[in-house]
Amino acid sequence: MSGDFPVALILIFGAALVPLFRGVVRSAYMLLLPLLAFGYLLSVPLGLHGQIELLGQTLVLMRVDKLSLLFGYIFLLAVLLSVIYALHVDDTMQHVAGLIYAGSAIGAVFAGDLMSLFIYWELTAVSSVLLIWARRGEHSAAVGMRYVIVQLLSGMFLLAGGLLHWQATGSIEFGHIGLTGPAGALILLGFGIKSAFPLLHNWLMDAYPEATPTGTVFLSAFTTKLGIYALARGFAGTEELVWVGTLMAAFPIFYAVIENDLRRVLAYSMNNQLGFMVVGIGIGTELAINGAVAHAFADIIFKGLLFMSMGAVLLRTGTIKGSELGGLYKSMPWTTGFCMVGAASISAFPLFSGFVTKSMIMSAAAMEGMTFNWLVLLFASAGVFHHAGIKIPYFAFFSHDSGIRCEEAPRNMLVAMGIAAALCIGIGVFPGALYALLPYAPDYEPYTASHIVAQLQLLFFSALAFAVLMRTGIYPPELRSVNLDSDWFYRIAGAEVVKSFRCALQETRAGLAEAFAARAITASAYIVRHRRPDGLLLRSWPTGSMALWVMVMLLAYLLFYYLG
Amino acid sequence: MSIGQTIGANLPALQVVTPLLAAPLVLLLRSPRLAYAVTLAASFASLAIAIALWQQVATMGPISYAMGSWPPPWGIEYRVDRLSAFVLLLVSLMAAVVVPYSRTSIAREIPADSHTLYYVMFLLCLAGLLGITITGDAFNIFVFLEVSSLSTYVLIAFGRDRRALVASYQYLIMGSIGATFIVIGIGLLYLMTGTLNLVDMAGRLAAGGTSRPVLAALAFLTVGISLKLALFPLHQWLPNAYTHAPSAVTAFLAATATKVSVYVLIRFYFTVFGESLVFHKLPLPQIMLWLSLLAMFAANAVAISQNNLKRLFAYSSVAQIGYITLGLSFDSVNGLTASIVHLFNHGLAKGAIFLLIGGLVIGIAKPGAVPPAPTFDRLAGLARRMPLTSFGIVLGGLSLIGVPGTAGFITKWYLILAAMESGQWWLVAAILLSSLLAVAYVWRFVEVAYFRAPPAGQEERCEAPLTMLIPAWLLLAATFWFGLDTSLTVGTATEIAQQLVRGQ
Repeated sequence: MSGDFPVALILIFGAALVPLFRGVVRSAYMLLLPLLAFGYLLSVPLGLHGQIELLGQTLVLMRVDKLSLLFGYIFLLAVLLSVIYALHVDDTMQHVAGLIYAGSAIGAVFAGDLMSLFIYWELTAVSSVLLIWARRGEHSAAVGMRYVIVQLLSGMFLLAGGLLHWQATGSIEFGHIGLTGPAGALILLGFGIKSAFPLLHNWLMDAYPEATPTGTVFLSAFTTKLGIYALARGFAGTEELVWVGTLMAAFPIFYAVIENDLRRVLAYSMNNQLGFMVVGIGIGTELAINGAVAHAFADIIFKGLLFMSMGAVLLRTGTIKGSELGGLYKSMPWTTGFCMVGAASISAFPLFSGFVTKSMIMSAAAMEGMTFNWLVLLFASAGVFHHAGIKIPYFAFFSHDSGIRCEEAPRNMLVAMGIAAALCIGIGVFPGALYALLPYAPDYEPYTASHIVAQLQLLFFSALAFAVLMRTGIYPPELRSVNLDSDWFYRIAGAEVVKSFRCALQETRAGLAEAFAARAITASAYIVRHRRPDGLLLRSWPTGSMALWVMVMLLAYLLFYYLG
Repeated sequence: MSIGQTIGANLPALQVVTPLLAAPLVLLLRSPRLAYAVTLAASFASLAIAIALWQQVATMGPISYAMGSWPPPWGIEYRVDRLSAFVLLLVSLMAAVVVPYSRTSIAREIPADSHTLYYVMFLLCLAGLLGITITGDAFNIFVFLEVSSLSTYVLIAFGRDRRALVASYQYLIMGSIGATFIVIGIGLLYLMTGTLNLVDMAGRLAAGGTSRPVLAALAFLTVGISLKLALFPLHQWLPNAYTHAPSAVTAFLAATATKVSVYVLIRFYFTVFGESLVFHKLPLPQIMLWLSLLAMFAANAVAISQNNLKRLFAYSSVAQIGYITLGLSFDSVNGLTASIVHLFNHGLAKGAIFLLIGGLVIGIAKPGAVPPAPTFDRLAGLARRMPLTSFGIVLGGLSLIGVPGTAGFITKWYLILAAMESGQWWLVAAILLSSLLAVAYVWRFVEVAYFRAPPAGQEERCEAPLTMLIPAWLLLAATFWFGLDTSLTVGTATEIAQQLVRGQ
């Protein structure tokens, strides 16, 4: 097969037909789409396909190489899992939006030029926000608006940087860009927003916990990983990223420990995992890049699994607050089990997927002699185990019994979680299959004695710390509270500044009005008299003043022409 | 000579004569049904002729047709080149789309005894617009301008709202001032050159140098045409006229009338006065740049706060005209390409939107009643009642914003290219920023139509009739088609721009 047809369109056009079907047929149809796309992708040979000329530039709609293929496969897998997980939902908008969103993320992965990347980039933003709005409420409307503004802003940076890049190099090919000049900086900023760089990350914690239970699973798979893909493609080996990633891996830990909303805890831990990947990309050696993309691959599965289990809890109990949950293992044994597999994977237990991927990044950092970064990452690993590996299952399923007795999750959710859990273990036990897909020839053995011992020590001491802290009552209790993050600056402080500015303005105006009271009254009376409900520009002008303007314009033109 | 060859040789005359003669015929026939049939036939014939002319020009180069066999520069010359063929195509295409639509639309919006008159005026307006575009004679431009303007005033006055009369009257006064300015400008040029033929005039102006009367002529023409094309701040007639005219009229005018005026402006600037005078010796590009920016921002900002959907999109038209004149002011191939493409692209999108609004007002009207104004309080939950219409308006809005994949994006792209070429980076930011304003007003519609519940008792579906939906969706399809395949629009426009901008 030639491979000229963009694989993304199978999902995007396929999504458009979803409303035509109902019931079982719709379920079967939606499951068929990712399988069809996968089958097509298998048949496409490596190389550049689907090249079209537009506006004097060559667009490459299908750049198939090992990097894009890896992300293509995992995205399609994520679509399949998310679709299975969402089968019980009877909301056409969510299904359509989810498929278009996934399709455009896949399109972005295979885009070989900055222009089609930009188009898909914006499409992911617009389609994903529908998954947040689908929760339908004042709150999610506001959150969705904030989310989509940030996402579109990211696209604007990409567009501006892309234009500069094109001006500078004369090509819009999306290859290695590097942090040279303003073009690279702008593009990096655009990618950075998607990958949730520190201080650009708030949209993630703000929005993901507010989507529908099934919507969050969709969201968790694509947007940030698309950012990681774009970074790996354009900024591999950019040293600044090592520090950015180190910071990213470390600081969300503190927030995650004190956060009460368990889906928000997962959002913080996602940010922390992204930090590992960014470090890998920043190091830029073959091993590090392999590690970064392999970790992205594994993360999509285990983070999806964790979000799925928390989504099931939210669906059945109606709450996701750590302080209100507990003791659910009696009611939801399967979900508990799957959640613990996800928790073990994210904590990088040996024989689970996180272990075989994260250790590549750690080894790469150690090999490059980045001792400080390596230590911070080690601390971050312990922290992950702490908040994602122990805290999530502990507070949701064990802890003190909240008295909630509910049904087990719907069967389709269990199937999706089961597949994801099986993959987590599968990758952990047989890492060779994943390694074979990596962009560079893998030369790495995860199961050495020193790796395993070091990791187990880390995990056990972390568990010990948790147990001691819980026993002694020092561990921060789960409180109904809100974490202050840096979005405070634009959500609260910014609003306050505007408000105080407005107050000051009003006071000035009041002062002025007092000073010129008499004149002000005549003036405002004049305005009121001559004003219809609208202002100067809004109202219909009388014919006379229109004609006057014509004369003014004529005189102005004559003057300018004679002088000019 | 066979009949086919005779027709082929006289296509330029037939282009104008067909609608012009159909008008009195319709008047004599009286019966609205026959009137519709004749108008439909004439508008489709016009489209066919425009396509044929387009192909002739594409293969054989510009056509010069001597009216009554009086050779130019003494007789009236009809001149068809790539640019005029392009505009002819747009105008006749819009007529062919709007006429089938009109029938259902005016049945509700115009009293039955005026239907025949409506068709007469429509045909005259069409003849006038085609005539302005095709003629190569300065005075002839004025004559056709008056033909189209006078019929436009009547068409606007058909609106059932009594404010339509005031709007039409205001437009009559302003339009007449504009036409007077244009005829003064042409008169001054005639005084200085002794010819009315545009090509001849251009040659003599180039030879004779610039004098004060020529500059005065340029000023009068600039202001007169700016008034007709509603360039900020001379746009004040437009929102009222568009808001209160019948829907079909609004759609036709929005897609054609201002565009033809832009064509006249390009003709005078580039063909008659010449680029070096207009753009290099005079400060005109700067003035035009700032007026365009004012139009883009002020009109878009005003559009956001409108409460009437028709008025909102009328202001958006003023802003979009700002994009067109902005492209002109760059005096570069890319800038002019953007202007010419946007004539077409904006015509398609805005035409589609106004056609859909025509169906919308019928949908929300009580059975048998005169359709009300499409104010936002009447549109709550519209997406559930009229899904196709609502979605269509959003799609058209996407093109106004300039979302990639739509025709509007192509224009923005070339405008940004032109701004970058001229090294004015802040303009790139300004263009993008003004598109954000467009997002805001389209969003207002989305919010009301999609996120509010319909008022109690009005939940039933009331989709517009198919005869109105099909023309609108055809235009929408074209909007997306020309957003992806730009060989017709951009290909032509670049070629035209390269011919006109000789400085490159």
